[in-house]
Amino acid sequence: MLTIRGVSTSYGHIQALHGVDIEVRKGEIVTLIGANGAGKTTLLMTICGNPRATGGRILFEDRDISQAPTFEIVRMGIAQAPEGRRIFPRMTVLENLQMGATVADPAHFDEDCTRVFKLFPILDERKAQRAGTLSGGEQQMLSIGRALMSRPRLLLLDEPSLGLAPMIVKQIFSVIRDINEREGMTVFLVEQNAFHALKLAHRGYVLANGRVVLQGTGAELLANREVRAAYLEGGH
Amino acid sequence: MDVRALLKDAGLAAFVTFMLALPMIGFQTVDVSGGVGITVVTRFGDVAISVVLVFFGRLALSLLQQSNWRLPLLALSAGIALGLPLLKTQAHYPVITWLTVIASAVIAIRAAWLTFDVSGVVGRDESNRMGDAAAFVGRWFGPVFVVFALIFPFLPTTSRYVLDLGILVLTYVMLGWGLNVVVGLAGLLDLGYVAFYAVGAYSYAIIARDFGLTFWACLPLAGLFAAFFGVILGFPVLRLRGDYLAIVTLGFGEIIRIVLLNWTSFSGGPNGISGVPRPSFLGMPFHPNPPEGTTSFHQFFNIDFSAEHRIVFLYYLILVLALVTNFFTLRIRRLPIGRAWEALREDEIACRALGINPTNTKLTAFAIGAMFAGFAGAFFATRQGFISPESFSFIESAVILAIVVLGGMGSQIGVVLAAILLIGIPEFFRELAQFRMLAFGAAMVGIMIWRPRGLLAHRDPSIRLADSAGAGR
Repeated sequence: MLTIRGVSTSYGHIQALHGVDIEVRKGEIVTLIGANGAGKTTLLMTICGNPRATGGRILFEDRDISQAPTFEIVRMGIAQAPEGRRIFPRMTVLENLQMGATVADPAHFDEDCTRVFKLFPILDERKAQRAGTLSGGEQQMLSIGRALMSRPRLLLLDEPSLGLAPMIVKQIFSVIRDINEREGMTVFLVEQNAFHALKLAHRGYVLANGRVVLQGTGAELLANREVRAAYLEGGH
Repeated sequence: MDVRALLKDAGLAAFVTFMLALPMIGFQTVDVSGGVGITVVTRFGDVAISVVLVFFGRLALSLLQQSNWRLPLLALSAGIALGLPLLKTQAHYPVITWLTVIASAVIAIRAAWLTFDVSGVVGRDESNRMGDAAAFVGRWFGPVFVVFALIFPFLPTTSRYVLDLGILVLTYVMLGWGLNVVVGLAGLLDLGYVAFYAVGAYSYAIIARDFGLTFWACLPLAGLFAAFFGVILGFPVLRLRGDYLAIVTLGFGEIIRIVLLNWTSFSGGPNGISGVPRPSFLGMPFHPNPPEGTTSFHQFFNIDFSAEHRIVFLYYLILVLALVTNFFTLRIRRLPIGRAWEALREDEIACRALGINPTNTKLTAFAIGAMFAGFAGAFFATRQGFISPESFSFIESAVILAIVVLGGMGSQIGVVLAAILLIGIPEFFRELAQFRMLAFGAAMVGIMIWRPRGLLAHRDPSIRLADSAGAGR
């Protein structure tokens, strides 16, 4: 579904990605783990065309999207819950969801809202509240819910566990599994929380210094000694 | 209660007042009769009165913190505020009297606030309280304002001067509402808004002069030209944000003004364009002796000619234009483009990730904001009958922006209040003579202290809970 072939990205003179190859197949949860500064977020942003890839190709459903502007890419069926959530703080929860539905058919709005509220019942209770007044976990749920409103075929998640209590992380990850198993949503998940991410994912990639250094199924990577030493040491 | 601390605090305030009042109030230069020079008159009595007033005022404010002093202070200050104007002191000390009255009124309001509204202060955060107040003002005062504005010209107290002032205020209300689209909704700080106002005014003046089109034919054209210039400005500033955007728009405003100032063959340069055609009512001019073949307004309605007919007509014209602007903005906020503006103000990166095209969104905001300035400009030209680049200096942009910011970014009613305050109040303060701008400045400082986010910093959700029962729209 998503094929990343030899993609390089630079910020000015600094090259952040060096020929990354990643494959995400329909119906999978694929995770990308790595340390700070490995280039995880850069890769996710490159898929969305901001910044543009300086080399290589990104194919989504066999169409090259590496030169398309960001808003066009979203229209093709890729939705993103960006790093740092980036909800609209002064708008209400419902308005945030409405913004998520920008590229969707307005006729689906009620149905999609109901679906998001079913996944995250707390958002239903808070729907008239300004999004800036939500807790961190609720904001993350809103960010994911907002991304789902466009009825994407591929969902990109950037560190949904960042700065959240373990209980909330568990809840969010179980929702991700839910939408994957029940609705067959394809998910590409970027995470620092390697343990949870690998347990959830069908397959995983390890990124270090802008290169893919390891890949395999989630279970394989969890058992891998290098991965354990580098990313799982000292608990999770 | 620490009496010493209270006295010390009040004494300090009085000392500061003394230091400020001595040079500013203590000495006055007066023309010597015959015009041979000036002489200095001392007014130490006034200085002493100011110091004493500030001392007791400060003491009263501090004492308000003690609950058992609130009612007596409320009675006392209200008594002074109401009673003082009745005494004869006005004639001798007009400024001091009025300052005392205003200060007493402030203390009385503060005391009343603390006495009767304690429950509101406890347990609810400031923004929420302001939000409730703003929502209340919006719901009830909006229609009241409109009704008042409609009957305003026929009130017995409305003189020609007041009506002119009303037209001026409404012009700024309209400009404020127009700029609100760009600054309040889309969050693009525009310091050169007056450029579009100028484009509208000159479009009307030149089209009407050279092609003889009527006001009503020119109005859409003026809006169209202004919108076109809005897009022209929009393109180069698409990638800019915040301070950088402000600087470029500031430059754009100056470019338009300087071009108008120097392109003499086109715009008349500093001499401007005079004899701009006046508007007509359905083709009927407001003129005592209409030209051959036309019926004048007063002839048609069979009433005596009065110069005020035209003023009243201009008043309703700008009222309708302003209300159209308001209605348009309120409607468009609920449409995808309006929501996209607001989202863009909040977070541009998130907007892109949701499939919003930021280029088009920003350009429409600039174009629509500029269009309303263009309408207002055409109105300005037809009202004045004369335009020159002097009317479109940077200070105009600053005033319009101040109206939007002071009103509370994005608040429609706030713009009305701020326009009344910024345009109307300096006129009402004329009696204070040279203290006029001082009073105006004090009012501004007061607002920024008590309402740091604007008079009505409240955002109405574009979809409400009631509309969305069952998660609909």
